Amino acid sequence: MLAPTALLFLPLLAGVLINGLLGAKLPKWFSAALGCAAMGASFLGALIVVPLVAAGAVGDQVLWTWMAAGSFTVDVALKFDALSCVMALIITGVSFLIHIYAAGYMSHEDKRGLSRFYTYLNLFVFSMLVLVLGNNYALMFVGWEGVGLCSYLLIGFWYDRERKEGDSTFPSQAAKKAFIVNRIGDFGFLIAIFLMFTTFGTLQFDAIYANAQSVVGGPALMWGKPVLWWITALLFVGAIGKSAQIPLYVWLPDAMQGPTPVSALIHAATMVTAGVYMVARSNVLYTLAGTGPSLVAPIGIITAAFAATMALTSFDFKGVLAYSTVSQLGYMFVGVGLGAYSAGVAHLMTHAFFKGLLFLTAGSVLHAMRDVGDIRRMGGLSRKMPITFITFAVAALAIGGFPFLSGFFSKDAILLAAYQQSQWIFWLGAITAGLTALYMFRLLAIAFLGEPRDRELHDAAHESPAVMTLPLIILAVLSATAGAVLGMHEDGLLYRFLSGVLHVEHHGAATMTPMFISVALGLVGMVVGLLVYRGKSADQLNHGSAISALPRAKWYVDEAYDAAIVRPIHDVSRSVLWRFVDKWIIDGVVNASAAAVYAAGGVLRNVQTGVVQTYAALILAGTVALLFVKALL
Amino acid sequence: MSDFAICLAVSAALFTLGVVGVLVKRNAIVVFMCIELMLNAANLAFVTFSRQHGTVDGQIFVFFVMAIAAAEVAIGLSIIVTVFRNRASINVDDVTMLRR
Amino acid sequence: METLLYLVFGLVALVGGVLVIVNRNPVYSALSLVLTMFAISALYILQQAYFVAAVQIVVYAGAIVVLFLFVIMLLNLGDESDLPASSGTRRFVGALLGVTFAGIVGAVVWEYASTAGPAVAAGTDIDHTKLLARVLFQNYLLPFEVVSLVLLAALVGVLALIRTHGRDLDSSEADNV
Repeated sequence: MLAPTALLFLPLLAGVLINGLLGAKLPKWFSAALGCAAMGASFLGALIVVPLVAAGAVGDQVLWTWMAAGSFTVDVALKFDALSCVMALIITGVSFLIHIYAAGYMSHEDKRGLSRFYTYLNLFVFSMLVLVLGNNYALMFVGWEGVGLCSYLLIGFWYDRERKEGDSTFPSQAAKKAFIVNRIGDFGFLIAIFLMFTTFGTLQFDAIYANAQSVVGGPALMWGKPVLWWITALLFVGAIGKSAQIPLYVWLPDAMQGPTPVSALIHAATMVTAGVYMVARSNVLYTLAGTGPSLVAPIGIITAAFAATMALTSFDFKGVLAYSTVSQLGYMFVGVGLGAYSAGVAHLMTHAFFKGLLFLTAGSVLHAMRDVGDIRRMGGLSRKMPITFITFAVAALAIGGFPFLSGFFSKDAILLAAYQQSQWIFWLGAITAGLTALYMFRLLAIAFLGEPRDRELHDAAHESPAVMTLPLIILAVLSATAGAVLGMHEDGLLYRFLSGVLHVEHHGAATMTPMFISVALGLVGMVVGLLVYRGKSADQLNHGSAISALPRAKWYVDEAYDAAIVRPIHDVSRSVLWRFVDKWIIDGVVNASAAAVYAAGGVLRNVQTGVVQTYAALILAGTVALLFVKALL
Repeated sequence: MSDFAICLAVSAALFTLGVVGVLVKRNAIVVFMCIELMLNAANLAFVTFSRQHGTVDGQIFVFFVMAIAAAEVAIGLSIIVTVFRNRASINVDDVTMLRR
Repeated sequence: METLLYLVFGLVALVGGVLVIVNRNPVYSALSLVLTMFAISALYILQQAYFVAAVQIVVYAGAIVVLFLFVIMLLNLGDESDLPASSGTRRFVGALLGVTFAGIVGAVVWEYASTAGPAVAAGTDIDHTKLLARVLFQNYLLPFEVVSLVLLAALVGVLALIRTHGRDLDSSEADNV
């Protein structure tokens, strides 16, 4: 039964092909409508398929054999289970809303640009579905690279834009940075795939997980660590790259150079959570290897706290949200790292709602402010853009962990797991929760409240059209209610659905203590943010305390990478690789082979007399020689 | 000596005559005739083997060879005519353009 | 008796072949070629390939050699005396290669002829034109059609080759002939 596959993938494929091949000839409204319709059809497909999966009517779908070598085969096969279904629903649902939103946001593009945009967007969702639905690591890697490619294409969507004054980067450079930094993570992922192949002889999820137990006590591979440790650690390297964790998070803030719907879709709601999905999918391996508490969770929580400090000091609307995304992804890794896989996935879902919403409101604001993203020039926008303001406030409350909104449930599930297992992770997480509320309400207070700081821009500002505000409202409702409806605890709908796939660990009794602590810190953060930043002038904002200077300069991480890695590579390339290796060795080999061919040709050209009969005689001589050899043998 | 061996021997000798002709003659048209000689030698061998094996497939092949030979002669002679038009010569030694 | 006929016609064919090469006048060469064709045709008849024999005479003697003669006449080529004689080196190389080739092929023929069994009982069907037609139009229909395409291509090719660019055909013929 191939129907589920067709339902999910074919509309997107059609959208990609039609918009991609004929886009320049199609009218704008058609490109946009086609992109949205393809996405909507795929979402409908997901809505049809998921109940079937839940009822057990749909299982794995083997489409065809991709490669076969001896006993090793890789199938193009899809896995429909609770986890992949939840992911598919989140991806198609949020993507659908953002597709619609983008029709309004990108309306100033010409028809070539618009069709290109929707081609990339549909291709992205297609790749993302391949990533989450593949039933082996090879296919997952295909999707992984596919979304990476689309991310590159969409960050660099405005590839002809030059560096704007005051910006540290520009689209084409940011796209290259994202692609190259992701290569490092992908390298780890690839090595992990090779290791799994040599260890298990297969790349299929179920086969690997079934055999994982047998290699637990195996000999150390390197550095005294067993093979399973290495597999999980290297997979996590891939996740670090894709999901922007320390030390490879640097590409994500720059990725905000792409159009805002792209930031919302790829760099907040879906693609960057692929790493979390991968760890959750590999939960059997992580549980057996024990890498989670020792590696995944610490990196996650340090990233969460570190990124929160930068979000707290950034003056760029989307910059704040970008660091906030890095921070929230850190939370998810804490969840999956500590064995609370369902909590991590739940936070992934709620984050997709409220962070997608935050980015869309950011797009709405940028749209109104003529693409000025500096919050020091905003202020008082709540009166001009009431819907944007209200939805932003809902999202800010949700991410800040306001009781009974979605972020409250999912974040507290993660903090509970931390509280039961590691005190320092819990306290750092709780403080970060406070910081999260603080920077969100700082942003809200500066951008939406108080007096306008740039009168001219403010007067031109207006509420966005309905095509943009409608997705905002839907996402706001989801952000507010998802947690309560789905019930983020062991007896809740989501957890029960996922329990078949995700390994559940119990570390002591459930307790309300961590919840009270984090909610208290969150509320304090919100109040402080409102009181401190409301009504401050641009000058007052600029003269922050000395403490904020370092995080505002992004801790000089980019500069450090530049000095430690980029410049040395550049210098070595210039002085050694180019001046010596390329010029003398490579060019030398090429020129020498050309000279050798030339010399040989000088000798052999004497054979070419141009007289037909010479050629005939040579042919005959060859024939005679062959017959002679045959006769002798 | 059997009839069969005689035919094969004639075929081989004719083929050799054709080869020698192609190698030594200067007149392009005669070179061409020698090629026809070789084709005929091959045809003779075909028919002989066909008879030997008691099937007609060899004879079918002869038809195909003849058809291709007809096409080849038409093309070849028109090339000779064209060359003659341009160079007023049918000496194969004069046509050495392939060298360049 | 029959073997004698084989020997006679084989000899005639070879004599014709030798004359094709030895004659300095291309017209005589062409006529010698006709002689060879007839001799070969006779060998076909001896082997009961009557239809092939007929086609051999019609196509080769009747069409191809006539085409040769036509071109020789058209280009007004007399004897070969106006061409410089082939050099000694060329004759030597040609003869050497020819003898070597004949030696090897002869050895193969000798070995094959001495080991091959008797001919398959001279099937009464083998000369049957009906059978030939059946095989040709059933087993070899596709190659047959392809050959007709090849002939068409040759036709077009000849026209393209002979066409004189920008010049009137008649005047160019008049210039050259």
